[in-house]
Amino acid sequence: MADPHEITVNGQRHRVAAAADTPLLYVLRNELGLNGPKFGCGLAQCGACTVHLGDRAVRSCVTPISSVRQPVTTLEGLGTRERPHPLQQAFIDEQAAQCGYCVNGMIMSAAALLKQKSKPSETEIRSALDGNLCRCGTHMRILRAIQRVAKA
Amino acid sequence: MAISGFSRREFLKSSGALIITFGWPASLGAQPPGATAAAGARGLDAWLAVGADGAVTLFTGKVELGTGVATALSQIVAEELDVRVERVSVIQGDTERTPDQGYTVGSKTIQQGGPPIRQAAADARRTLLSLAAARLSVAPEQLAIDAGTVSVNGDGSRRVTFAELIGGRRFERAVDKTAAAKRPSEYRVVGKPVARVDIPGKVTGAASYVHDLRLPGMLHGRVVRPPTIGATVERIDESSLADAPGNVRIVREGNFVGVVAEREEQAIRAAQSLKIAWNESPRLPDMTELYRELRAAPTTDKALSSRGDVAAALAGASKTITAAYEWPFQMHASMGPSCAVAHVTDERATVWCASQGVFGLRDSLARLLKRPAERVHLIFAEAAGCYGHNGADDVAADAALLSRAVGRPVRVQWMRHDEHGWEPKGPAMVMQARGGLDSGGGVVAWEYDVWTPTHSTRPRAEAGNTLAGQLMGLPIKAGLTGGDRNARHGYEFPAERVTVHWLAESPLRVSALRGLGAPQNTFANESFVDELAAAGGVDPVEFRLRHLRDPRAIEVVRAVAKFAAWQPRKAPEARGQNGVARGRGFAYAQYENENAYAAMVADVEVDRRTGAIRVRRVFVAHDCGLIVNPDGVRNQIEGNVVQTLSRTLKEEVRFDRGRVTSLDWQSYPLLRFSEVPEAIEIALIDRPDRPSVGAGEPAACPVPAAVANAVFDATGARLRRVPFTLERVKAALQT
Repeated sequence: MADPHEITVNGQRHRVAAAADTPLLYVLRNELGLNGPKFGCGLAQCGACTVHLGDRAVRSCVTPISSVRQPVTTLEGLGTRERPHPLQQAFIDEQAAQCGYCVNGMIMSAAALLKQKSKPSETEIRSALDGNLCRCGTHMRILRAIQRVAKA
Repeated sequence: MAISGFSRREFLKSSGALIITFGWPASLGAQPPGATAAAGARGLDAWLAVGADGAVTLFTGKVELGTGVATALSQIVAEELDVRVERVSVIQGDTERTPDQGYTVGSKTIQQGGPPIRQAAADARRTLLSLAAARLSVAPEQLAIDAGTVSVNGDGSRRVTFAELIGGRRFERAVDKTAAAKRPSEYRVVGKPVARVDIPGKVTGAASYVHDLRLPGMLHGRVVRPPTIGATVERIDESSLADAPGNVRIVREGNFVGVVAEREEQAIRAAQSLKIAWNESPRLPDMTELYRELRAAPTTDKALSSRGDVAAALAGASKTITAAYEWPFQMHASMGPSCAVAHVTDERATVWCASQGVFGLRDSLARLLKRPAERVHLIFAEAAGCYGHNGADDVAADAALLSRAVGRPVRVQWMRHDEHGWEPKGPAMVMQARGGLDSGGGVVAWEYDVWTPTHSTRPRAEAGNTLAGQLMGLPIKAGLTGGDRNARHGYEFPAERVTVHWLAESPLRVSALRGLGAPQNTFANESFVDELAAAGGVDPVEFRLRHLRDPRAIEVVRAVAKFAAWQPRKAPEARGQNGVARGRGFAYAQYENENAYAAMVADVEVDRRTGAIRVRRVFVAHDCGLIVNPDGVRNQIEGNVVQTLSRTLKEEVRFDRGRVTSLDWQSYPLLRFSEVPEAIEIALIDRPDRPSVGAGEPAACPVPAAVANAVFDATGARLRRVPFTLERVKAALQT
């Protein structure tokens, strides 16, 4: 039942035991003790669980552990408090959070967009983030934070 | 390589030194840094502690719900004590370590929670000055404090730090209520846009939420709710989980059913697989008849305002108009489903949860678990924003029951369908207004009726106010509150009657959702004011100014009209092209008729073919008295605008005859990035000479009417039923 899987997360190899259909999210949170990716819906509808597989933003809540081949990057792998990623710094600078629960998904989706296109337009940013929900209504600040990096 | 829990050291490493939310499991034997006061502290020590390193800890019963109050309260402490704000950490909502400051609700944290904290800090400052005066052999008047160091005026070499004066020891005194706080003109920290203390951790993946709490030996639980509201368990087929991995345990208490397993995904699978035979008797009304039923149900009526002879004034009016407005059930729709961790043994129950009121919930859980409150310990930990009474209390009860059954720590997080389906909803309401005008367009009479159930079923020591308690057959006990909020308006009319019709029951379980009845009543009031203005041929802003007397009200109305460059209009004018109509609407409210003022202009576009409303710009003028953190206030205003636009344009809880059918984000959509405005422009009116009043809800109130009035301005059509869906807009355009 609990098969071993080898995955690379934030540059480190891990061997984890989990059933093949276990969503990556639970492995990241419960086996590896990561807090960045959040459970929001389990349905790939809100984006709170977003991580990168390679350079792609994916919903870890619907990604079976057995399907993970590429390296995984989580919010923790993007940057740290001491050495934040430009997007993390921009979210601090713009105070782009209220409760902050969705912020993982916002930053990870935006980071994937910026890898594809370093200077996206506001319309492109809005479009790339359309699958990420925020209930606090922090959208204007999140947009400003991403634009801060996109324009840099 | 399962990781069981995480140590305090790991937590500190990942989150930095500034602990703002977590209480610590006694099993880990740890206290956050700087916290020397603890259980049993009295007087000043119950509020503030100075650590051996000089760091200051504030103990408060108010909790961080995502609105930034931990930072704002830290600013108040830093200001009065003259310490750097980053040297203040906050312990929140712990039934054994913080004062009971009631529920964190109603935009009252700064307004009501702030003053006793300011007073405690002012008294601590005075105490420290007098200790320093003795130590340095000077009069207190000759001393100044900067960044936690007291020095003699004119001789900076004679100095002593807070750490040296009292670090690690208690003040041992009652709070002196006469200790003078600073004058606002002296403020250096209050009134400044101090950065939120929690954001760096949240954007880098630090453990920030109750969801991130992992205790040694912790198991995972999930709940199994009835398929329809009121269904009862006939039989549980335990064999359906015979092959389920993870040492699954099934827990049943009446109609409360849950499962516990070793791993989270195992608990989820077990909850999905468990076969239960239920007795069902669907009892919800036909959704299409909801508003008719609300108005036909028995009520307890109460006059909220009565002046003049309304009937005679209406009879003598040259023109009368009547309109009814309808508001659906809506949900808190928190991004993170509710979560709690409980460790219940025979001796003690410890529950970490995101309750807005840990003291009330402690008493509620004590009754649910049938044990004295002294043996129940509740510790607040942050969750996703709740915007009122969502599932945070309920899941704490779930976790407590599951942990009690297995005797180990259990973490329960609801699934999305649990949250959507079972969180207490914001109530559906009907509002009706009737007005009479004289020949000059002046109002001679105003009559207003609102039909509403109570808006609060918070635990408040009642076990039956938790969902688990209800499923165990315990009764809900709640007073009538909230639905009358802002039923009265702020205008002076010669004759007026405002009546609330309290419904004894609600088809769906309800409780407080941001603003309670205020956004709904303001939607009706401010739409109807706009209708009267149009009927009288008066510009909507001019109309409001004619009937407002409060200078602060007049100032926010004028301020937003000015900076939005409002052009007076007496009737809708056709603007726009290619089937897209453009308009702007105005709305105003004073929250609860006595707190913050917010006036708003919304610019909208209406696509006549599709019925789509796009709100392009929103302008807000806002007066909440003394502003503690202007950036925090702006963040709250922006959030109120976007969230209430979402409620106004998109949100409606759908149900069939047995259950809620809005169970995910497709069936309960929120406003998305492609739909939020291009800009939200804010003018803050700071009043350092007036007490702070809350900023967490006031700006929500004018939003629905500002949009509806803008749609009227664009198209001549009135929208009186929320949400303003494509179909409803198209239907309104055709009439």
